[in-house]
Amino acid sequence: MRAAKFMAFRLSPELAPYLFLSPFVLLFLVFGVFPLLFSLYLAFQTWEPTSGLAAMQFVGWDNFAFALQDEWFWKSLKNTAWLALASGVPQHLVAIPLACFIHSSFGSLRNGVVGAYFMPYITSTVAIAILFSSLFSTDYGLINVVLSGLSQIPLLGGLMPQHPVDWLNDPDTIKPAIALIVFWRYVGFNVVLYLAALQTIPKDIYEAATMDGASRWQQFWFITLPSLKPMIFFGVTLSVIGGLQLFEEAFILTGGRGGSDQAGMTTAIYLYRMAFDFNDFGAASAMSWLLFIVVALLTWLTNRLFSTKESHS
Amino acid sequence: MKLLNRQTEQLSSWAAYLLVGTGALLMLAPFYFMFVFATHSRTEIFSLPPPLFIGDDFLANLEILTSRMPFWRNLGWSLYVAIASTALTLLFCSMGGYAFAMFQFRFKNMLFALVMATMLLPSFMNMIPTFMIMDMLGWIDQPRALYIPGAASAFGIFLMRQSVAATIPKDLIEAARMDGCGEFSIYLRIVLPLLRPALGTLGLITFIASWNNFIGPLIVMRTPEMYTLPLALRSLQSPVNTEWGALMTGSAIATLPLVVLFVLSSRQLISGLTTGAVK
Repeated sequence: MRAAKFMAFRLSPELAPYLFLSPFVLLFLVFGVFPLLFSLYLAFQTWEPTSGLAAMQFVGWDNFAFALQDEWFWKSLKNTAWLALASGVPQHLVAIPLACFIHSSFGSLRNGVVGAYFMPYITSTVAIAILFSSLFSTDYGLINVVLSGLSQIPLLGGLMPQHPVDWLNDPDTIKPAIALIVFWRYVGFNVVLYLAALQTIPKDIYEAATMDGASRWQQFWFITLPSLKPMIFFGVTLSVIGGLQLFEEAFILTGGRGGSDQAGMTTAIYLYRMAFDFNDFGAASAMSWLLFIVVALLTWLTNRLFSTKESHS
Repeated sequence: MKLLNRQTEQLSSWAAYLLVGTGALLMLAPFYFMFVFATHSRTEIFSLPPPLFIGDDFLANLEILTSRMPFWRNLGWSLYVAIASTALTLLFCSMGGYAFAMFQFRFKNMLFALVMATMLLPSFMNMIPTFMIMDMLGWIDQPRALYIPGAASAFGIFLMRQSVAATIPKDLIEAARMDGCGEFSIYLRIVLPLLRPALGTLGLITFIASWNNFIGPLIVMRTPEMYTLPLALRSLQSPVNTEWGALMTGSAIATLPLVVLFVLSSRQLISGLTTGAVK
């Protein structure tokens, strides 16, 4: 009797998946899907945050028009594109040959080497950005100390700056400084991606190529690179999406304001400031959708670029 | 001629070793200097030559740090949020991933596609609406504003669904059902134990992501007593008279647990963090 009662409370296999999924789905709808719809709604509204949500007013496309005429918005887009390219392209140019070399030549040391390159990826961006802002200090920051040391060396010295560089306050140098940190942080991640792709290339292709007298360079160019193409596409897409979202590194290095002459202000920083410093949540939401369109467009473009190349080969 | 060729090849491979090794050291150098600077005063850090080895100002730096901000409290919040976030994520994502992998139900594929689509969504999209939702819920300055939304992790669902599909045979579940095992105890006694390695990976990744999270607390935490560590460290930064020594000590303390976790589990972490990419 008691057993029968217990059975009645038992979860049926038809109902079980709904019950298992419900906590996740509830949170997903409230904190994953609803914010997106809400942000779309906000992009068409204006109001004084102090007078409460009831004071919202529909303004049509005004917020978008405002964003598109805003000088700082365009500047932030240019900065973001510059940073995404200057940090993203070298990541792949370095990671591909590095992964190939580690793949072919490192035996027992392999995990240690990969770990060293990967470690920056898991550490706190804030702690790292704080450290780098001390390394980039004008007076006796480690980077300037090393550069002035190098400038004493004949020949090479001519290429080095003759005066200490004011990395973080000069509009011309803040972007390279940010790009360096981003490069340092993500290059190891890409090495791991390429290593995984390299493992899927069958070894006998290389053996056959060696028999046919192909040089190592030819093997790299005609076997390795074409085989890596899908991963290159994937890695570049991730770098584009990631680079266009850049926030933390630039935020810390510029003290949260975007730097002198807004030279280090990415679009993500600008829309944060638009909302939380200038209290214009409507315009900030419109900007986030505009940036989203840029990200989507670029992802689609890289996709096309790589797939057309594929059909040629 | 052949000998010469072999010699140049050997030489170039040594040069490559040297380059890769130097690169690895350069990657690690910032960590080294973070820990070295953590033990030096501000004036020592910016002297010529700069300090290259561990100094003896660690405790002095710690004293400055704790006098400038509620450091231990901030550290405590970081730990609390990271643990709560990890526990909730593991529970909800393993349940959800199991449902996606083992059951048939209405809208399953549509729902899964929707979840995966949000994984590609840039994080800045949620910044402003999330703040307003938290404001409406009255969750500003509440740690739950950080760990509850995080538990709806699309990546977690993806990872869990993959591992259920890869490690748990459908027959096993069927057999347990035949033997009269209830649905919830199947999950508890069969699925969870078999998922342990994947749960470990997801747990590590969730903990680290929460520990490092900056944008989340930046938006919802308003009073310094409620700051998590990254936010607290950032607040110590100022245009003039930044206490660099103390700031480095705080950064080193925030970084140390991550370095330890990474050294202990680098292979698991690396493969976990790149699963979405590789599969």
